Amino acid sequence: MSFDVDIVKTVSSSERRTFRLCVRFHAQVRRTVIYGPSGAGKSLTLQALAGLLRPDSGRIVFDGDVLFDRDARIDVPARLRDFGYLFQDYALFPKLNVRQNIAFGLQSGLRNPSAQVGGAAVERWLQAFELVDVAAQRPDELSGGQRQRTALARALVHAPRALLLDEPFSALDPALRLRMRKELDELLNRIDIPVVMITHDPEDLEWFGDEALYLRDGQISEQRPLEA
Amino acid sequence: MDASVWITLALTLKVAGWATAINLVLGVAAGWLLARRRFIGRELVDAVLTLPLVLPPTVMGYYLLVVIGKRGWLGHWLQQSFGINLIFSWQGAVIAATIVAFPLVLKSARAAFESVDPQLEQAARVLGLNEWAVFFRVSVPMAWPGILAGTLLVFARSLGEFGATLMVAGSIPGRTQTLSIAVYEAVQAGQDDTANFLVAITSITCIAVLLAAGRLAPVGRVR
Repeated sequence: MSFDVDIVKTVSSSERRTFRLCVRFHAQVRRTVIYGPSGAGKSLTLQALAGLLRPDSGRIVFDGDVLFDRDARIDVPARLRDFGYLFQDYALFPKLNVRQNIAFGLQSGLRNPSAQVGGAAVERWLQAFELVDVAAQRPDELSGGQRQRTALARALVHAPRALLLDEPFSALDPALRLRMRKELDELLNRIDIPVVMITHDPEDLEWFGDEALYLRDGQISEQRPLEA
Repeated sequence: MDASVWITLALTLKVAGWATAINLVLGVAAGWLLARRRFIGRELVDAVLTLPLVLPPTVMGYYLLVVIGKRGWLGHWLQQSFGINLIFSWQGAVIAATIVAFPLVLKSARAAFESVDPQLEQAARVLGLNEWAVFFRVSVPMAWPGILAGTLLVFARSLGEFGATLMVAGSIPGRTQTLSIAVYEAVQAGQDDTANFLVAITSITCIAVLLAAGRLAPVGRVR
């Protein structure tokens, strides 16, 4: 995969000073990690890639496909960008069970999938992520690991062309974090999908990255390959 | 107890039912707009739409007469174009009850939509849903308890609406005379039995509705 990004976004909020995100990079490896302290603009960057945040100017190109180009007035909406997105606290739909959460994006129309929703894709991911036993449970009845696997299955079920991970371990306690890191690493190896991950944890760099982008105060300060 | 009491009750329920149904649609739409869309004058719109909550119902009734009365711009147009006259009709009572009760569902719906985690809506977008699907599959289900509580409050308020209804629809027994107006008339006429009965029905219905509203939204209750 390749990402060509060159965007500017100014964000002002009442409690914080005006923040200027000015990110430019070219990433062409299977796993890219954007690393930086909190407040450096990592989440904004990832949201811009996914189409959840509209930059003020610039371009975003994925594998030759222009997703955003201010000058050409192109802004592909998030629903058509075909990325999987893993939210920091997973953003599972609390009133839907595991099965419904996974099938959520497969069903078009104005109604949510039924509690017994099936289909080859749903069954496959329930199996692959060992969620068969909890398929009828709601997110608040799941363990942290099951929740993350459900969120991943939901993101992967319609075969996106890349996966965007927003600090996937920051919400976990240290012991669980270690286990989940290993688990996610194996999963991603198995399904072989390009990944962009943002994190403020240096250990994530060692585990995940082929290449690291260092983000500081809204700008990429360094880009370098990582040891396997 | 003569049969006209039951006619009055049926009419009151019909007026309150219509006012509630209309307010459910309008309140959810307006509540969502105020909660999720940023536009200039948003808080001013909210304030204007909340006016019926604080203005005397007679003032609301007067405004309504100015707009939908025979010489009002809307009333005149309806009369000329369709031969519709809303004054002294049960439909006029519905309009009065709808407007007076509207802020209750607006406030509840806005608060309910604002409490929905925007990240859930973002997640739905990334999963391929268009904005209508996000609204009906994520925002509304998540906000539903608050919306329903507000809707029940609207129903209770519509049942008891007096001032604006009296000014717009009058008090024609069997046609526009609702419970609260019938109570007033009964007391004025010294019919204590009828008044007692009407008061009891009204009170019981409203208590039942409020209990239901409190059950549905134990947190984030209005007021």
